[in-house]
Amino acid sequence: MKARQVSVFVENQPGRLVAMLEALQTRNIDIRALSVADNADFGIVRMILSDTRLGADVLREAGFTVKETTVLQKDMPDRPGGLLETVARPLSEAGINLEYFYAFLDPAPGKATIVIKVADPERAERVLGP
Amino acid sequence: MIWSPKYETMPRKDLERLQLERLKAQVARLNEKVPFYRQAFLDKGITPASIRSLADVARLPFTAKHDFRDNYPFGLLAVPHDEVVRIHASSGTTGKPVVAPYTSGDIEMWTEVMARTLTSAGMSKMDIMQNAYGYGLFTGGLGFHYGGERVGAAVIPTSTGNTKRQLMLIQDLGTTVITCTPNYALIIAETALEIGLDLKSTRLRLGVLGAEPWSERMRAEIEAKLPIKAIDIYGLTEIVGPGVSVECPHQCGMHIFEDHFLAEIVDPRTGEQLPYGEKGELVLTTLTKEALPVIRFRTKDITSLDPSPCKCGRTLVRMSKVTGRTDDMLIVRGINVFPSQIESVLLEVEGVEPHYQIIVDREHHLDELEIWVEVSEAVFSDEMRKLESLEKRVRKELESVLGISPRIKLVEPKSLARTEGKAKRVIDRREL
Repeated sequence: MKARQVSVFVENQPGRLVAMLEALQTRNIDIRALSVADNADFGIVRMILSDTRLGADVLREAGFTVKETTVLQKDMPDRPGGLLETVARPLSEAGINLEYFYAFLDPAPGKATIVIKVADPERAERVLGP
Repeated sequence: MIWSPKYETMPRKDLERLQLERLKAQVARLNEKVPFYRQAFLDKGITPASIRSLADVARLPFTAKHDFRDNYPFGLLAVPHDEVVRIHASSGTTGKPVVAPYTSGDIEMWTEVMARTLTSAGMSKMDIMQNAYGYGLFTGGLGFHYGGERVGAAVIPTSTGNTKRQLMLIQDLGTTVITCTPNYALIIAETALEIGLDLKSTRLRLGVLGAEPWSERMRAEIEAKLPIKAIDIYGLTEIVGPGVSVECPHQCGMHIFEDHFLAEIVDPRTGEQLPYGEKGELVLTTLTKEALPVIRFRTKDITSLDPSPCKCGRTLVRMSKVTGRTDDMLIVRGINVFPSQIESVLLEVEGVEPHYQIIVDREHHLDELEIWVEVSEAVFSDEMRKLESLEKRVRKELESVLGISPRIKLVEPKSLARTEGKAKRVIDRREL
């Protein structure tokens, strides 16, 4: 399933993460999933939000550099080999490279969700199924 | 078209002979009339008779901007007060203004070089010239005004500002040539857009722009927004005002009117004369000025000279667009670095905002150059490797231009200090 993700450029500086989270909080926007990629100077915070459009606008208003991207969100069983069999192997066999991914557990027991960024989300969606 | 073919296309040998003759006379007169120069010549062991060739100019003392300030207001005047017919002055933003007195002969010479300037830009007596340079103490307004009248064009002395009225006059009077600063040209374009005036429907065709440094990128922007060919001019209060040099229609550098102004390029650090083609500080000597002759004025402007023949037929040397100021020059690991070089690289790397900060530090006795670049939404990617490859691209480009490899740090937009006036681009943390 395709999903919209909000990415934010955040400098590695005390207070920047707080400023970002406060902006979301004031407009009652919930973070459904989150991951951070970072180097020495900055981080890229990637989030699935309860309201993508509003969340992106709020963050822009707060002065952040924001990008909305299309990612794939795929449910998978929370058991040994779940990620391997449901996602990693099918993509590998189809020759699809992952740009990045992050995963989280669902409140429902036995289920997890993975967020995937690939160059060609249409094709990846066909490979992975709904 | 060439206004004074006799001087503008003079064989360089003859031109150099004329320059030497005028230089000798200038040195002799300054030695006699201006105590400041008499002392400066004495300190260098120079007598007027010791100037025998043009190469001897390198032995003459420099004049710096502070010399004008130290001799404020009339200490450098070389004629009796009753011969002065006009006095201009610079804005004086960095202290006392530079006072520039003119004799009637100076006004005549200035008018002549401005007539050459406007003719070189492509203006003729058929044109209607709207002069939006500021009138008053600033040399721009009256310099262009007299030059425009000498050419025979109809001059509209609007001065700068009141942009909507400027636009009304452009439409109603059929203005063909606009003369103003490059920034004001853009303001005119923006205001036209605001009031819904299509400038292409006017007769405007030429802009003669200067009085502030501007890049080729800005020229492209001006020519895209206004229906004009944008011609660059150069001049400064200390020398004469506008009229020192101008582009010809080939736009391959600005021809310096060398029968009046002797140009050299020197190393800004050592003051040593540099050969043609090398980049350095422009130094100008006036050869015919009467009230305020100046020997070897350090302009602080960075450019280079090219004496090769130009397609326009002028034999006059060409100076490249001014690429920076020695005031801004940084010396990093012994290499001259100009913020303007860094800016032009950042502009070329697609999408990078021109907001940047240069930080120079010294670690373990070695200078480190760090450049902070603001990340705009246009270049931001949610993929780390794309941002890292952007950093790499900027670093490589800068390395090839500067000769040293800076560290690039991507920072959030608007995180760099914004000031009302000139942005403070450089933070030098070295303790020397």
